[in-house]
Formats: sequence, structure tokens, C-alpha cells
Amino acid sequence: MTTTIKSRGTVTIDVEHCKGCELCIPACPPQVLTMSQPVNRMGFAYPELHPGCTGCAACLLVCPDFVFEVFRFAQPVEHEVES
Amino acid sequence: MSTTSANPTPLGAVLNTTRAPTGARVVEPLLPDLLLTQEHQMCPGCGEPLAVRCYLDVLAELGVANRSIAVAGIGCYTSFSGTIDLDLVQALHGRAPSVATGVKRMLPDSIVMTLQGDGDMVNEGLQEVLHTAARGESITVVLLNNGVFGETGGHMTATSVIGQRTKNSLDGRDPSYHGYPILIGDLIAQLQGAAYVARGSVHNAGAVARTKKMFRRAFEAQINREGFSFVEVLTMCPTGWFIPTREGPQYMTETLGEVHIMGELKVDGRVHTTEEIHAENVARQTEIEAQLARGGLDTEG
Amino acid sequence: MSLASPTGTPAGRSLMEGSEALVRAAIAAGCRFFAGYPMTPFTEVLEHFARLLPDAGGVCVNAESELEAVGMAWGALATGARAATGSTGQGLSLMQESFSEITLAELPLVIFNMARGQQDYYQATRGGGHGDYRHIVLAPQDVAEGVELVQLAFHLADKWRNPVLIYGDYLLAHTQESISVERIDFAEPLPPKTWAVDGSTSGSGRSKSVTPLGVAKHGQPAMGQEGKAQYGATKIPFMEREVRSESEWLDDAETVIVAFGSPAKFVKYAIKQLRAAGHRIGYVRPITLWPFPYEAVAAAARGPHVQRVGSFELCAGQMIDDVRIGVAGAAPVHFIGGVSTDGSGFGVGRILDVEQVTARVLALHQGVEQPTVPGYETFGYEIQPHQMEPTR
Repeated sequence: MTTTIKSRGTVTIDVEHCKGCELCIPACPPQVLTMSQPVNRMGFAYPELHPGCTGCAACLLVCPDFVFEVFRFAQPVEHEVES
Repeated sequence: MSTTSANPTPLGAVLNTTRAPTGARVVEPLLPDLLLTQEHQMCPGCGEPLAVRCYLDVLAELGVANRSIAVAGIGCYTSFSGTIDLDLVQALHGRAPSVATGVKRMLPDSIVMTLQGDGDMVNEGLQEVLHTAARGESITVVLLNNGVFGETGGHMTATSVIGQRTKNSLDGRDPSYHGYPILIGDLIAQLQGAAYVARGSVHNAGAVARTKKMFRRAFEAQINREGFSFVEVLTMCPTGWFIPTREGPQYMTETLGEVHIMGELKVDGRVHTTEEIHAENVARQTEIEAQLARGGLDTEG
Repeated sequence: MSLASPTGTPAGRSLMEGSEALVRAAIAAGCRFFAGYPMTPFTEVLEHFARLLPDAGGVCVNAESELEAVGMAWGALATGARAATGSTGQGLSLMQESFSEITLAELPLVIFNMARGQQDYYQATRGGGHGDYRHIVLAPQDVAEGVELVQLAFHLADKWRNPVLIYGDYLLAHTQESISVERIDFAEPLPPKTWAVDGSTSGSGRSKSVTPLGVAKHGQPAMGQEGKAQYGATKIPFMEREVRSESEWLDDAETVIVAFGSPAKFVKYAIKQLRAAGHRIGYVRPITLWPFPYEAVAAAARGPHVQRVGSFELCAGQMIDDVRIGVAGAAPVHFIGGVSTDGSGFGVGRILDVEQVTARVLALHQGVEQPTVPGYETFGYEIQPHQMEPTR
């Protein structure tokens, strides 16, 4: 069975500049960021985005390393997710 | 290392976030206009870059960047001296308000701001900031307050709160031995020359958005020649607090934030009462929650 | 032939105290910012700046401390303005950290020291602050020369992007003279202040920074702290070319006296009287204390008849170290000055009485013991017998 999740926005994540502080994880209102298993060249885990981003920019506002760029779609993008 | 989310709804696959999507508009760009590079030497989880981003965004939004001059003190944030795209005078530890005074008196039409930490301003340079405020110098003084000397590795400052453990107050700040913290924003608000005084924070997105508004009002006070303006920003220093980075925001609100109360302390030359600050804080929190529910924070200063 | 003005002074001149003349000279040189804190005998310099600068389109801030005064001057300098601060040596002690860093930041600060006697020679020439730096130090002998040297100070500061200190004292600051302050044009081009900040390059990607730290804006070559310090040090031998001194009567001199500032004028007068009585004495007067006129002193000490060199200073003997370096063993060097202030500690004391100066120069010349100063005998430190014994 699948569920449809809409993304009103999205982000790009410059993972190589991330220092893995995790401040973005609780900052994300729809809670669609998680920390990665792999690490970047500096050895830090970094955030990964899942469907459901609203483009609210909360992650960007709390990111000390300026790794996020925030976008909003003209039309929401739909993702089919296994539930 | 991974963090499990408490989100009851399924997460779905990890999305590609390496390149800009098509058919989408940028809401917030990667970098503020006034930052020359993304790279900096701050530790993971540091709050200072967030505060720097706040005032750079505001200067750009106000359209006064090309007549703005920054005067930097000495602290971790000093490494931004080379990466913020503002004409800059590097001052000594504690002396930035005086240096900024000299700059402003020679260039009265410029927008002059200092960037200082709590060790710089409240320890070493307390008299400089108080006298500059009392003179009503038309400058904006910015304090990044994390309650420790971050650059030396986590030592007690004049703003460290009672009970705070630092490298030279290992059992916690004991007032009978180390004395009491100075609430610098409250002190400055009492001075007649101060037109606008606010204490913000960067511990979550709502606080950052609110701090941007404080910067906007402070710079507007300078532009309108109302007098001295002061923005204190509580910033996380997980390295100097000896805590995991993800615990920074909570530690801050439970220690510094309990003592150095956030809010606008003086607006249009009138000192706000504790009740007014509290009411404003509640109203702001309600507003932020409403904005987040609508899908985005109002970040335009 | 000039006509007398209504105040009884020649046309174009007016009677004013040294402090006012120095301040008018600074303003004539384009100084537009001053910040200071009152301290005797410097206070009147601050008073005159406070009174005169606003009408000249400048600003004088009554700083709340010397620390703040020097910081304010620092900021004004960073905008490209000609700016100054000052105090007595005691107040300058408080400013030393900023002096060190302002020098590293290559800012053309002019510093007024209206010193208590000549006790600040080391502070002025060796620097009380940290790091490898030198300040050019100009020591006028009187108000007229002060008017010239103050203007030269602003010129040299801009020429070398380096602080310049005016070493004066109670006499220079407070003596009233009939004086005319004319702007001096130094026939020497100055480097443009392209480094100054005014905010106009902010946001352009080419913003500037004025810093002692050797950091640069992102993408521009940075010296680093070590490089900045090394760069500053390379300036020192070039600034040594600014050495200035005055000397007289060296051809036949058997005794050479070295003295600077106001006391040098007394020494010159005393020597002139002694020469009239047949004593072959000459003098060297350093006008720049740094760079010190080593070559002039060396040449004087190697004179065909020279038998001794005396250093006359109103302190325990500081410049004598530089005199010894200059003489380099060519003749014995003697200290003939001494600590000597008035009752307040601010002015000059009895060693600068003409009779005392003359007696001291003559005693050195004749190879006899220095005369005692009436009233000073009781201040001698009484050496205890055990202090005379060897330590082992």
C-alpha cells in the first residue's frame, strides 16, 4: 500500500560543507530531514531530505554552515511512499 | 550516525538534493548577498554564523550596504572579518565601540556597526560600550552572547549564568566566589542615549526570524538618527559548553535564555517593562507558530 | 617693518600659550579629529582642540578614558582623516596596546605627549607596547619649533603610514609666546589613502579592511600575523632617514652636551654664556628622538678636541643609552641631568634653573663633581651596610 506525499518546496544541500551539527533536524516543521549514514569528506554525517518539504526555510535559518538553498514549486510535486 | 525521527508518517526515499530543481523558485538563497564565501572556521553547531547572516541580510534588504562599515572586535566571529563583504575596521578586544565612534564622527552618513562577543564587550570593554551608549552615538552595536570565551576554549565571562560550568568555573559559577552575571542589554536600556535595545536569539528558526526584525529596527534607528542602537543575540557554543551540538538550543534556553530574557528591551527610547516583554514574547511565539503552520516564516526582517 | 597689532604684538602674530599654538598647527595641517582625556600638563591641548576643531569642520570627543580616546582616533584614521590623540606619559601608558596595533594596521596617528619632565624617553622611543614597531618622535625645543614639527608630524605619519609622537612638556604646553601659525606645504607627494574605508566598496565584492591582524578579504592575498609583523619591521630602516638634529660649536669643543626638548634650549643658552667666558663646549640636540641622531653624536664625539660627552636630561638618565651607542667609546659619557619636577610633579624643577644647568655643564667640562641642588640632598637613598657586601 502506498501514500501520496506532496512537496510544496525542496532544498539543495551542500553536504561537503556540512559539519553535522544536526540543528536542522528538529528545526524542520514537517520533519522531513534525517541525518545520513555515510559521511562527507570531513567525516561528518549530513542531512538528507525526504518527501514533504514545504519550502519554509526553517532549516536554512538555523544552519550555521549555510548548506541549504530553499525552493518552492509552482505546483506541488507528488511522491508515492510505501506505508 | 543517524537520527531517528519521531514522525509517525512514512518518510519515503531520500530525495536528490544535489542540484537546483526545475520549475521551482528560490525562496532563500544559499548565501547572503554580503558574504564572500560559505566557508568559515566556526565549530559545528555554532550560533555566530546565524547571527552574522541575520544582520547581513538586513543590511542588504535595507539597501544601505554600500555605505555600511563594520568594526569587529576579537573573538571567534573575527574570522568573519575577511569573509563579510563590508568595509571593515578591525579593533582590539573590547574597543570596537570607540573605534566605531571615530568612524561615525568622520562619516556621519555611513551606517556603522560593531560586532563583538560577551568576553569582548562585557568583560574587556564594558566601559566603552556603556559610554558609547550614553553618548547616544548613532551606531548599531551587536553582541553575540554565548556566556563563554569560545575562542580560548570555554572560559567564564561576565555573562555566564549562575551554575554554568566552564573551564575556570568547573563546579559551576558560584556567586559567592565568581560573582553575578551582567545583563548587559538591560543595563544599556537604562541609558538615555540608547534609542533601541533588543535581545534576540538563534536557537531555532522562529528566534532567527525575530532576531532579523530586531536588526532591522536597530539599523532603522541608526538611519533615522534616533541614537544608539543595540542588538544582543544569544548564540550557541556547544564546544565551549561541552555538550553535543544538537543539545545547544535546549541548553541555551534553559541556561542563558532563563537569565538573559529575550525580547525588545527598549523601543523608541522607552524601556519596556517585564510584563510588556513577556506579552510580546507570547504574541511573537503565537505568530511564529501560525506562520510555520501556513508553511513558511516571514524572514523579511 | 611690521606694524604692531592692537594687542601689542607684531602683525600676523598673537600671544598664545604653547598648547594653543600646537593645536592651531595641527588644524593647519588638516587634523580634523581629536579625542583625549584631561591630564596635567596635557589638558590645555585637549581644551584648545575642543574649542577650535568644530569651527574647522572637525570633531573633538571628550573621551571617557585614554583607552577610548585612542580607539576613537583609530576609527577616524581608518576613514582616511587626519586624526590625533594625546596625554601625558601616564595616560599614554594606558594607550600602548592600541599604539602597537595601530602601528601594525599602518594608520597615521599623531600623538601628543605633554610629558612630566623627560621621564617618557624610553616609552616614546622604545615603545611601551608589544611587538616590533617604532614611532617617529619629534621633540620641539620651543613653541615656534613646535608649530613646525606638529605639521611635520602629520606629514610624516601619512608619508610612512606610521604613528608619529610629539614629545613636549609643561614648558612647551604652557609658555606664552607671540606666534604666527602658518600652514607649511611640504614639497613631497604623499601616497593616496586608497586603503581608507568609507563603506562605498561594501557589497561590491571588493570591500576593504583596515586591520592589524594580517587578514585579508576572501580571495585577496593575506599576510598573516607573522607576515604583517615582518612587513612592519621592514619599514623601520627606511623611516630612519627622517633623522633630524641640530648642533653647534663642535669644531673646537672639548666637551659635548647632548640634550633635547625644552631643556635643550636652556642648555644652549648656558653653553653660549660659558663659551663667552672662554670654555670650549659644543652641543648636539636631537630633534628626532627616534630615529636618534647616532651619526651626529658620533661625529661630535670624534671631534679633534673632545674629551667628554654629557647627557643632560630631566630624568634619571634614559637618553644616555642612545648617547653611549652613538659615542661608541670614542669618549667617556657622563650623566649630568636628574629627576627634577616642581612641587606638583607636573612641571620642571630646580635642575632646569639656568644657574644649575650652567653649573652642571661647567662641572663636567672642568672634571669636577656635579653640584648638589639645594633641597634635593635629603632624597638620597641610604644604602645599608649589608647591601655593600658581596652576595657570595
